[in-house]
Amino acid sequence: MKQAVLSAGRVFGLKAGTPPRPRSLKRVSGRALERMMQLLFVLCGLVAVGFVLLIIVYLVLSGIPAIRKIGLLDFLFGRTWAVGQDQYGILPLILTSVYGTAGAIVLGVPIGFFTAVFLSKVAPKPLVNLVRPAVSLLAGIPSVVYGLVGMCVLVPALRSWLNLPAGDSLLAATIVLAVMILPSIINLSETALEAVPREYEEASLALGATELETYFRVSAPAAKSGIAAAVVLGIGRAIGEAMAIMMVAGNVANMPALTQSVRFLTTGISIELNYSQDGSLQRQALFSIGLVLFLFIMLINAFLNLVLKRDKEG
Amino acid sequence: MHSTLSPGRRAYDIGARILLYLSAGLTCGLLVFLIGYICVRGIPGISVQLLTTAGSVLRGTVGIFPAIQNTLFVIVVSLIVALPLGVGAAIYLTEYARNRRLVAVIEFATETLAGIPSIIYALVGVIVFCTALRLQKALLAGALTLVIMNLPTIVRSTQESLKTVPQSYREGALGLGSGKWHMIRTVVLPSSIDGIVTGCILAIGRVVGESAVLMYTAGLSTAAQDFSSLAGMMKASGATLTVALYHYAKENADFAVAFSIATILLILTVAINLSASLVGKKLKRS
Repeated sequence: MKQAVLSAGRVFGLKAGTPPRPRSLKRVSGRALERMMQLLFVLCGLVAVGFVLLIIVYLVLSGIPAIRKIGLLDFLFGRTWAVGQDQYGILPLILTSVYGTAGAIVLGVPIGFFTAVFLSKVAPKPLVNLVRPAVSLLAGIPSVVYGLVGMCVLVPALRSWLNLPAGDSLLAATIVLAVMILPSIINLSETALEAVPREYEEASLALGATELETYFRVSAPAAKSGIAAAVVLGIGRAIGEAMAIMMVAGNVANMPALTQSVRFLTTGISIELNYSQDGSLQRQALFSIGLVLFLFIMLINAFLNLVLKRDKEG
Repeated sequence: MHSTLSPGRRAYDIGARILLYLSAGLTCGLLVFLIGYICVRGIPGISVQLLTTAGSVLRGTVGIFPAIQNTLFVIVVSLIVALPLGVGAAIYLTEYARNRRLVAVIEFATETLAGIPSIIYALVGVIVFCTALRLQKALLAGALTLVIMNLPTIVRSTQESLKTVPQSYREGALGLGSGKWHMIRTVVLPSSIDGIVTGCILAIGRVVGESAVLMYTAGLSTAAQDFSSLAGMMKASGATLTVALYHYAKENADFAVAFSIATILLILTVAINLSASLVGKKLKRS
């Protein structure tokens, strides 16, 4: 038993204490306190691990039953989600999430990247001091506020420009997502660009390249893994966003088309979570969507870690 | 120098410059438009009555005081739980941990938590806190779900500032015969208080901006809740500011109130960003 305690202590970095000196009682209680605090901190550290396990276990436990009942293939590749007819196919949701995210990346990454180059290389200092807080403000604005503005400005605008019966569409959601991922793309790319050694740029300038050529052909390639990380982070953000796009996407589970009302994986959960009955197949299917979304996110995170790791080594 | 450039290179240079200015202009223009639009539509609706009363259908008045109260309650409860846990975890990681593998596991777990989208936290909150722990749909359940969500934020910023405490401080304290905990309590923590405060501010920002989790775990009611007794606090269930915004915009189509709430959220975001950067600057100076 004592051996076990000792080896557990070694795992957590506890040092086997020197034998207590019984002469001073205060010392002994002090040592007990030290031990107790150390144990407490170890527990705090393990709490995060516990939470992750808790999330995984509960998501898997509550996500599996519906997949079992519906059938994995029917669930993942079924084209209709119709609660009334007990049909739960999430292919439209998956495709919508993929298309919406891809669209947001296509729109958001170039703008974010160019803004980052502007901030880190071109802009005069006073302007940087103005724009940088603006970017962090964009990052801090709650997603429902983006949804609200999208609902009141973007959706009516799209309706009248494109002559649609309703402006709630994949296009509207994609634009909102692009705006929402902009700050993280700017911040991460900027950090990556700032980290490029000044000598690289000086060498390029000395060889006669113009400043702009230097930024795009020397600095940007040198910062490419950081920029890749920014893109992956943007994908993670976009695929996980729920509230803002719930307000502009229309939320009908159609197969995705740019001007159609669509439902994402996230909004597939959020739109029905408050209305589904506890224990019903519908509620269970929502948890299964959650499980699928979680797997997506874990894949993206693993990819992000890989990119960042390569960045550190490279 | 530019006069010697070939036309093609000059075009590249000018084109690239235009792209940069356009993109930066677009980003800033977007923010200016957002702020302007929200304020123009929101500020007229802000009144003392809106901020200090609960809405009443009988009198035909709208008030978001309960939403403000709910938001504060969620902030306080989630911080009370998350702060000790997060700071403790950071202390373990930077001060105690000797086992590299365990550190890697804990850091991986914190990163995973940071990457999980809030709708998944909503699901977990519904299963774990509302159903399994029988809290029902209540602000308490929402606050506890947010504890999990905020843990990475607090751990990370505390860890950052613990790392900036010079090693010589620790050696000095230990050399004078202090125990480890005594050293942490009297030397390390006080000199990293800025990072802890920053973590708290960021966590508050996340709570204020969070909507998905609270919508499904904390309830939608915009009526006044009873915070006077412990039992009342346990049972209180209602909308925070963001959820109230969603409720007014999407369910009631009452956009005036929604924009007023958006204005308030905007002001809060600015305040939170400002205070975080002020504390951050102080951290850099010291």
